[in-house]
Amino acid sequence: MSVTQTTKREPTATSGTHRRPQGRSGERPNWLGAAVSWLWLAVVIVPIYWIVITSFKAQSTYYASNPLAPPSEPTLANYKMVIESDFPLYFLNSLIVTIGAVVPAVAVAFMAAYAIVRGGAGRFLRGVNSLFLMGLAIPLQATIIPVYLIIIRLHLYDSLMGLILPSIAFAIPLSVLVLSNFIRDVPKELFESMRLDGASEVTTLWRLAFPLTRPAVVTVTIYNALTIWNGFLLPLILTQSPDKRTLPLALWSFQGQFSVNVPAVLASVVLTSLPILILYVVGRRQLLSGLTAGFSK
Amino acid sequence: MTAFAPPARTGPPPAATREARGGVLPWLAVPALVIFVGFGVIPLIGVLFLSFTSWDGLGEIHLSGLTSWRAVLADPGLPHALWVTFLVMAASWAFQTPASILIGVFLAGRQRYRAVLAVVFFIPLLLSQAAIAIAYKALLDPNFGLGAGLHIDLLSQDWLGRPVLAFSTVIFVVSWQFIPFHSLIYQGGARQIPDSMYEAAELDGAGRVRKFFSITLPQLKYTIITSSTLMVVGSLTFFDLIFVLTAGGPGDATRVLALDMYKRGFQANLMGPASAIAVILVLVGLALALLLRRLGGRNPDASQLEGA
Repeated sequence: MSVTQTTKREPTATSGTHRRPQGRSGERPNWLGAAVSWLWLAVVIVPIYWIVITSFKAQSTYYASNPLAPPSEPTLANYKMVIESDFPLYFLNSLIVTIGAVVPAVAVAFMAAYAIVRGGAGRFLRGVNSLFLMGLAIPLQATIIPVYLIIIRLHLYDSLMGLILPSIAFAIPLSVLVLSNFIRDVPKELFESMRLDGASEVTTLWRLAFPLTRPAVVTVTIYNALTIWNGFLLPLILTQSPDKRTLPLALWSFQGQFSVNVPAVLASVVLTSLPILILYVVGRRQLLSGLTAGFSK
Repeated sequence: MTAFAPPARTGPPPAATREARGGVLPWLAVPALVIFVGFGVIPLIGVLFLSFTSWDGLGEIHLSGLTSWRAVLADPGLPHALWVTFLVMAASWAFQTPASILIGVFLAGRQRYRAVLAVVFFIPLLLSQAAIAIAYKALLDPNFGLGAGLHIDLLSQDWLGRPVLAFSTVIFVVSWQFIPFHSLIYQGGARQIPDSMYEAAELDGAGRVRKFFSITLPQLKYTIITSSTLMVVGSLTFFDLIFVLTAGGPGDATRVLALDMYKRGFQANLMGPASAIAVILVLVGLALALLLRRLGGRNPDASQLEGA
């Protein structure tokens, strides 16, 4: 992304006001920081490298070969085996649950955030806001038993819909917080001129607030999508039949079944992570800002 | 999607707002409110209710007074789970925080290394905890894992089979996933520290170490609080990772509260006691969040700049 930045070190006095404090003149390099960063980079890379190369090794050669050497005869057999054990179905389930939860979650959160910012003086909306803020402080996993009960009573146990509804609810507090922070930054005059033009609140939301806060919407969407895509506890508790599994759960049961076949297990790990990694390559900056949504603003 | 249907025109708002045309606004918050109440607030109240019942997860729910609470509070498993939870929290905080600050400050400073570092560095954040745990399980296998393959005895220990090793492994894997995230937060915080402060310190002859302790750390105070809050409250919910990696074992060496709740509820079918554990989990979470907020003195989400 910002790779175009030249590597020359400028004294801050001549750099623009948005410039980073990097390269203060006469600075010695931060050796400790550099050492820890590079060390940790190695710690991050080695397992990932091992996972990827091993997934291309044949099970028969796996035990004999040097674990850190790339496969002498790369094979796709592990991937074939994983794909043939219904992974496309689990992939589809994950996709349905993620899209089915993220789109409504962001939509209702956006409407709520808009209402809280625009009508926040009202007692009702103030109460709603504090309720969502409270939701941020509570480990939602702790509510899983009643959620399980509710899903059973709604006859949604073992259905994708049963995964979608709690996922939406769990996504709402943080989404509302982040979105309302951004809607608050829209200049008041713009709302005022919309009002003078006779626009309704719904029109103002759709025509003014939404386009102006689109980056925040993207950020929140990504954050929620990642959380739900990777979610494990809800599918573990709320589904039962194999054909309702989402990827993380499928991964887990696949591992239980084929734990001896390390290359195949690792191929399944790579396959389930691949969609996110592709997204990461496409939009690294958006994804990273999505990950720290609301925390680093 | 119900998103843009105008329910506003059809009825009076549930509460009057002070704005004359505010009639539509409260309605816009209703869909989010309904879903959150249905699957957030009601379960939260429900878990308290269920802790006073006995239920096997399938049959009828019976009120049983304090039976579940008595069983849970008398069980030595509870103090143990609390202790393990606390240890996980403390150890993961103590390991991640210094490393994340160092890396974050470093990443904030140097353009050259950053681009190279950043690409791979953040990948662990994207992976599901289940995937990470499964990969590490294979990697750490004493017979077939990386250490065994390299024939390095030091690396081919029974990482997940001995209590202390298993605990350390959990802390390491947690850090493997989250240090990049917290580094990112610290990077953001460090970038907001104005240059002028460092320049002034340089004029006073302060060295790098001095500047780090006198400017960088104090200026990062709110970032530290934010990051620590996330770490500490987040550590209460390390379910996926521990469940897949060790399932609480060996024995109950890594049986944290969330896992204890799951095992009692969904494996032993004792939903009453499991709900009592869940209530304790909520209380611990709230207490920690309040405590950290108190330490911060004000809203940690607010501007991280102080005295700039």
